[in-house]
Amino acid sequence: MAGIAEKVVSLSNDEILRYSRHLIMPEVGMEGQLKLKQARVLCIGAGGLGSPLALYLTAAGVGTLGIVDFDVVDFTNLQRQVIHGTSDVGRKKLDSAADTLREINPNVEIRKFETRLSSDNALELFREFDIIADGTDNFPTRYLVNDACVLSGKPNVYGSIFRFEGQASVFATKEGPCYRCLYPEPPPPGLVPSCAEGGVLGILPGLVGVIQATETIKLILGSGEPLIGRLLLVDALAMRFRELKLRKNPDCPACGTHPTVTELIDYNQFCGIRGEEAAAPATMADMTVEELKKRLDRGDDLFVLDVREPHEFQICNLGGCLIPLNDLPKRVSELDSSREIVVHCKMGGRSAKAADFLRQSGFTKVHNLAGGINAWAERIDPKVPKY
Amino acid sequence: MKILVPTPLRQYAGKQAAIDVQATTVGEALNTLTSTYPDLRKHLYSDDGKLRAFVNLYLNDDDIRYLQQDQTAVKDGDTLSIVPSIAGGSW
Repeated sequence: MAGIAEKVVSLSNDEILRYSRHLIMPEVGMEGQLKLKQARVLCIGAGGLGSPLALYLTAAGVGTLGIVDFDVVDFTNLQRQVIHGTSDVGRKKLDSAADTLREINPNVEIRKFETRLSSDNALELFREFDIIADGTDNFPTRYLVNDACVLSGKPNVYGSIFRFEGQASVFATKEGPCYRCLYPEPPPPGLVPSCAEGGVLGILPGLVGVIQATETIKLILGSGEPLIGRLLLVDALAMRFRELKLRKNPDCPACGTHPTVTELIDYNQFCGIRGEEAAAPATMADMTVEELKKRLDRGDDLFVLDVREPHEFQICNLGGCLIPLNDLPKRVSELDSSREIVVHCKMGGRSAKAADFLRQSGFTKVHNLAGGINAWAERIDPKVPKY
Repeated sequence: MKILVPTPLRQYAGKQAAIDVQATTVGEALNTLTSTYPDLRKHLYSDDGKLRAFVNLYLNDDDIRYLQQDQTAVKDGDTLSIVPSIAGGSW
């Protein structure tokens, strides 16, 4: 593909054997395999999407694979981030991923970038790569990746997932639309699903990440019909794949005829995020898990209200009364405003909203349990599982 | 016609994935939908009544922005998809 420096490369006999199933297929062949060997792909994130992406690109013999990540492997990652194993928990994802990839194919040059992709480093990082694969998990970074791809003229192989639904496309090619043509603006933080609606079916990033790997390889080979100008929607529950037409928007602020995005901006501000988003700031009305334990042990009359979802209650609970946050307005009459109420959720975010709502509804003795049931599990009762 | 509701918005639409409505235009279809499920409205429209910039509407496989927007005619058998942006990937 365009942009790859022409230099003489060849395959060793070991590589010829390794890539045999590519080489005997005319759509790849020796020419295609050499293109793969010369290609330089940058994978943003070594998580759910980054795992299959990096695994398959490495196995396929992409010459240089860069990975940008600053995170550490934890137990909750293992359900879907198949590049990491149980013994990798606690290690840097970059180190864990690089070990796995070297074991799969030592011919690939793995370049590790232990950093958070930012407006300050994106263009410089992208300079040494031909294709950018976006495996990030938040809106600011998605807009950053898109704009940096448009500005540096490099395709953005896009994939995104939510619960059991995914999206994939190829953005920012010369002729095709970019992410901003599809979505000019991100949702305000208040409308982004909270951890209550989060979660993801473990196989889904596998499905979508493999689609991204496929598109990356097709771009390198210059063959087939890339997902340019098309948005693929994947519904894993219905197992339905749908395709929508995308158009390059002539008024697009990034890739339109009169672009207003001519340099990288502050993407947190663009997405309406002020500073680091804290997990609900502590207030006077908050109660710590230690205080709750002390008061329950003392026999105080406290009404524990759990505002999580029923399926979360099944994982673990503090024996409280379950009223999911969304049901609270229509069930508020079930609560006794003369009693002291301690509201909790998983980590304190939803319960803070619930406590605010109750105060506005005239309840005066309401506490939000800081850190939620996860803090209880961590600091009071290790028999309660964290999730 | 049928309106397809994406996962993040199903909680505001009686947990349904697809809803049948009678309508002659896209605007009418959405009005019917949001009068049945008022909670959906703020997720689809901003306070000034404009479709939100992170929500796209597709009639069959075409973006209504490039058709006649709200005025786009619909007929039986058409599918209107609500496609909001989602960001997940690494978690």
